This record gives sequence, structure tokens and C-alpha cells, in this order.
Amino acid sequence: MSAASISSLQDKFGDSILSTVEFRGEHTAIVEKAKAKEIFQFCRDELGFDYLIDVSSLDNMGEDPRWEMVYELYALSNGGKNHLRIKFKFPEGEKVDSVSDLWPTAGWHEREVYDMMGIEFEGLADHRRILMWEGYPFFPLRKDFPLAGRPSEMPDVAFTDRAPLEGGPFVTSATSASTVHREPRSRDMK
Amino acid sequence: MSEAETQYAAYDSKIEGNIIFTKTDAAINWMRKNSLWPMPMGLACCAIELMGTGASRFDISRFGAEVMRFSPRQADVMIVAGTVTYKMALAVKRVWDQMPEPKWCIAMGACASSGGMYRSYAVLQGIDNLIPVDVYVSGCPPRPEALLEGLMKLQDKIEKSESSVAHFRKEEPDAAEVTAHP
Repeated sequence: MSAASISSLQDKFGDSILSTVEFRGEHTAIVEKAKAKEIFQFCRDELGFDYLIDVSSLDNMGEDPRWEMVYELYALSNGGKNHLRIKFKFPEGEKVDSVSDLWPTAGWHEREVYDMMGIEFEGLADHRRILMWEGYPFFPLRKDFPLAGRPSEMPDVAFTDRAPLEGGPFVTSATSASTVHREPRSRDMK
Repeated sequence: MSEAETQYAAYDSKIEGNIIFTKTDAAINWMRKNSLWPMPMGLACCAIELMGTGASRFDISRFGAEVMRFSPRQADVMIVAGTVTYKMALAVKRVWDQMPEPKWCIAMGACASSGGMYRSYAVLQGIDNLIPVDVYVSGCPPRPEALLEGLMKLQDKIEKSESSVAHFRKEEPDAAEVTAHP
């Protein structure tokens, strides 16, 4: 069970497990970045988390540290509800240890994190963009990247331009009125 | 000319009545519009409706456009069906450039026409930013009937198009001068 996983993590790593959260039977461990790789190794080898569901990242712009990584682990072999989420935060300029040697599936997830957020990974064999093209100069899911995009030019590969937003993003309004009122319209962005 | 001579001068009576007199240009345009070979540039959900248009219920072959060509060199009309991302945009342009003249383009659906709901860093805001579009079909996605309506509009346009002879005359100014002789 996940609660048992949390307590064995706490027994093994002590203060490196900064805090834990339980929400509707799902357990999250917020850990130290320096110990994260060891913790993942332990989770896979000792706790039986043989399946990495997802790797994602958060941009907490305006806070320090700015970046946060989120890993969703799952144990297929043990049966039952064995889900574990592991998070850690780190400041700008630091690289993250790749977990693609533990779970090969992490390769594409980490490439996506790199492509969209610009977070780099130590030990990721194939460190290319995955959605945008090589040479695209921005990281579009960062908070300081405008929704409409930015112009760029990569001769013979691709170009981008700013999308017209008519003053604001297109937002759907919740209403019981007709679909005419509900459909997305541009709103002023503050 | 006597009556006997007129009958003698008439065309072979066996095929009499099966001959239509027309202008070369009108005949060429008529042939072109009824045998459009589409390049199915299916990029998103509009492509499903494009396939529906090609299948038996809607049957695009009633309009002579059933020969979907996956080689641009054999295609007349590019049907851009779906969201054109910037990553795909230059590939679409390259396919278009490989199609032989004369060629036409149908922008099928909101995304191909204007970027649609994707006001985004990743999506080209209308394929007309890159290639000339003849017919825009609205809808998200358009129903097959709408695409067929667009195809019929394109046929109307082709029917009225300038003659190919005049097109080539423009490229050869000398020939134009000769034929313009009173």
C-alpha cells in the first residue's frame, strides 16, 4: 500500500523526505532534490514501483525556487492501489538527474519537459526537443511566454508568428443561456 | 449552293448529331472541372469528414473528384483539411510547390482557413499565409455536404477561368502581338 511505501521511505531517507500529503488515498512525498535519484532507485527496486506513469514540471514564477518536478509512480506487479507521487523543487540554472536509466519511458517525458519548460536533464541520452523543432528559440509553457506566441524564423524548417487574440484570450463563459452566449469570446487579460 | 450540294457537304451522316461545337477553352475548362484529382492534405479531424465525403454515402465521385492522389505530382486540387501547425506548414508548402499547374486549393474548416480555435504559438493562423486559397469551407469540421458545396464553387470558378491559351500568350509577348493583329 502507498501508506506503507511512504513510511518505508521515511525510515530509509529520514529528513530528505521534507513532507508528505495524503489526498483521497493518494500519497505524495515532497523530497530533497539532491536525494531524489536515490529515492527513485529505492522506489523501483525495493518498493516495486515498476511503472512510471508521467513526468511533468511546474513553473512557479515569482517564487523561489521557481521550478518543480512531479513524478507519478505506479506498481503494476503488487496489485491494488499503489500510486505514489514524488515532487521536488529547485532554483533556476540547476539541472535535474534523468531517471531514464531507471524507467526507459522517462526519455520522452523528459524531452517534453525540456521542450516546453527548458529544464535540462543530466544523463538523458537523447536530449532533443520532442514537439517543437530544433532551433525554436523559446520554451512555450513557461509563465513568461505569451499565450499568442512570439515571432521566430528558422530558414527551411519553420517560422512562427504572433496569433491574433483580439485583446485577450478566448474564454468560455459558464451560463445556462444559449450556446451563443457560452461560446468562446475574447476577454481582456489583466 | 443547291440543296444537293449542301447535303454532299454535310458531315458523315452516321455521326451527325453526336457532334458539339464549342470553344477550345470552354471544352478544356469543362474537362478540368469534372476531373479534379485532390491531394488530401488531411491534418486533423477535418480529414475524417474528407474521408466521409469520399465514401459511399456522400460519394465525391459524383463530382469527378474521387481520385485522391497521395503524390502531389498527380494532383490538381489540394484540400487542406485540418490544423496546420508551424511545424507542418513548410511541408504543406513543399507539397503544394510540387503540384503541377494549373492547381487549386480548398481550405477545409476553421483551422485551415484562419487557425480556428487554436490562437496559439504552435498553429499557423490560416493556410492562406503560405499558399493561395480558392475556396474556404466553414465549419468545425464542415459536414461532407459543405465540402461538396465548396467543390462545386471551385468547379464554377474553373468554368469561368481564363483560357489556357491566353495564359500562355501572356508568357510569350511575341505570340500575343501576332494574334492581336486586326
